[in-house]
Amino acid sequence: MGARMVNFGGWDMPVEYPSGGIIAEHLAVRTRVGLFDVSHMGDIRIERSGTPGGALAAVQHISMNDAAKLSIGQAHYSALLYPQGTFVDDLIIHRLAEESYLLVINAGTREKDWNWVRDNVHGFACAARDASNDYTQLAIQGPRAAETLRKLTDADLTPIRNYWFTTGTVCGLRDVLIARTGYTGEDGFEIYVPSDAATSEMVWNRVLEAGKECGILPCGLGARNTLRLESKMALYGHEISDTINVWEAGLDRFCKLEKGDFIGSAALAAAKAAGLRRTLVGLEMIDRGIARDDYKVFDETGTEVGYVTSGSAAPFLKKNIALAYVPPSLSTVSTNLLIEIRGQRLRAQVVPTPFYKRPKK
Amino acid sequence: MAYPTTFRYTKEHEWIEVKGDTGTVGITDYAQHELGDVVFVELPKAGAKLKAGQSFGTVESVKAVSEIYSPVSGDIVETNGALANEPEKINQDPHGAAWLVKVKLSNPGDLASLMDAASYEAYVAEKQKETSA
Repeated sequence: MGARMVNFGGWDMPVEYPSGGIIAEHLAVRTRVGLFDVSHMGDIRIERSGTPGGALAAVQHISMNDAAKLSIGQAHYSALLYPQGTFVDDLIIHRLAEESYLLVINAGTREKDWNWVRDNVHGFACAARDASNDYTQLAIQGPRAAETLRKLTDADLTPIRNYWFTTGTVCGLRDVLIARTGYTGEDGFEIYVPSDAATSEMVWNRVLEAGKECGILPCGLGARNTLRLESKMALYGHEISDTINVWEAGLDRFCKLEKGDFIGSAALAAAKAAGLRRTLVGLEMIDRGIARDDYKVFDETGTEVGYVTSGSAAPFLKKNIALAYVPPSLSTVSTNLLIEIRGQRLRAQVVPTPFYKRPKK
Repeated sequence: MAYPTTFRYTKEHEWIEVKGDTGTVGITDYAQHELGDVVFVELPKAGAKLKAGQSFGTVESVKAVSEIYSPVSGDIVETNGALANEPEKINQDPHGAAWLVKVKLSNPGDLASLMDAASYEAYVAEKQKETSA
């Protein structure tokens, strides 16, 4: 498609497409509909094998959220943690059946995640399988995503609420998983189709065709990043990593210590008691300039206090925004800070997050 | 886009059009295309001194920061003020309305080492072959 490609975690991925460019693609998702090839993401299946309850117990052991709360047909955001309470990866867990779970993980951490899962569930009555090569994942995102997908499937999308899923025929393919999930902050769907090149290409083209009258654009990694940043969604290696814990990253609501022990729970309980040393905040530039990843953050006295995890121009908000780790004492909204941008310290202010929230219907 | 024959070009994808002892400087169509959507431009004010081959500002796209290198030595006589509010002009008209600075040359000999349009086109064609290989 003539896309500008870049190496992303070992995959050849488009940053943007000639038909759009980052800004046009970002705005398409916010106001109409966009299509992402996210087949680089990984998939792990965990099924019961032997004693009933084995699959759930295995998932509960490795995941911080409470999988017992998942209904069949429901998904949730969670993370795999190291014993220190820091991140192996974030992921979405889908409960496909009574004792059947689909874990969708990041491309860059696929191998690490699979090894981690395999090594940590072997004591449980379950069968874990790296299913990444089974699926091509496409994301259709935006206020007109449902309208677009409806043309291609017999599945009734209306009753599927946010973070729930169904299966149906899509583009003539049977039993395709259709999940109301995404990484953009908009309504949208992620569909999982058979991964052979011919099928993937067919579905890609049919979605673009179906979305034509809505003004669909294919979207690359560039827009993917600016969209998730405006919506304050974490990116592994930036807001979350193996040196950052759950409380620092502000992901408390997805971490259910009360469900019982899981890998990382003891360290997290201790960290909670000890108190936060740093916390993730949203920043908006006041002076002219764009804060970028890893730029240093200073307080008004000129003391270095933290760093930027992700920063960019925000195409929809038309502001320059960033996420950064700072001490809790500097995390209140309206706090003034300085960001060092190529030798100059420019003013920024702590603002509420997410920077963008989609309008309620 | 054809590269104007009245311009001279650098390996870092800047162009300069000289009239008398004043040159107008910008970045090329190839450069803006590689950058993607331009969202921010940082340029020095009139009076600032430029040195051939040295960085004198930045052009930022959504995802990248790119330094701009001066083709010549001299003093800036004018900076394009329109770019502060409309940085996207660089994508739309990189060889015309989105000129960056006008400079009074202190050493016209600097021009001798720059490429003409035909050489620059060949240079860019090579670059494009490399990236699509």
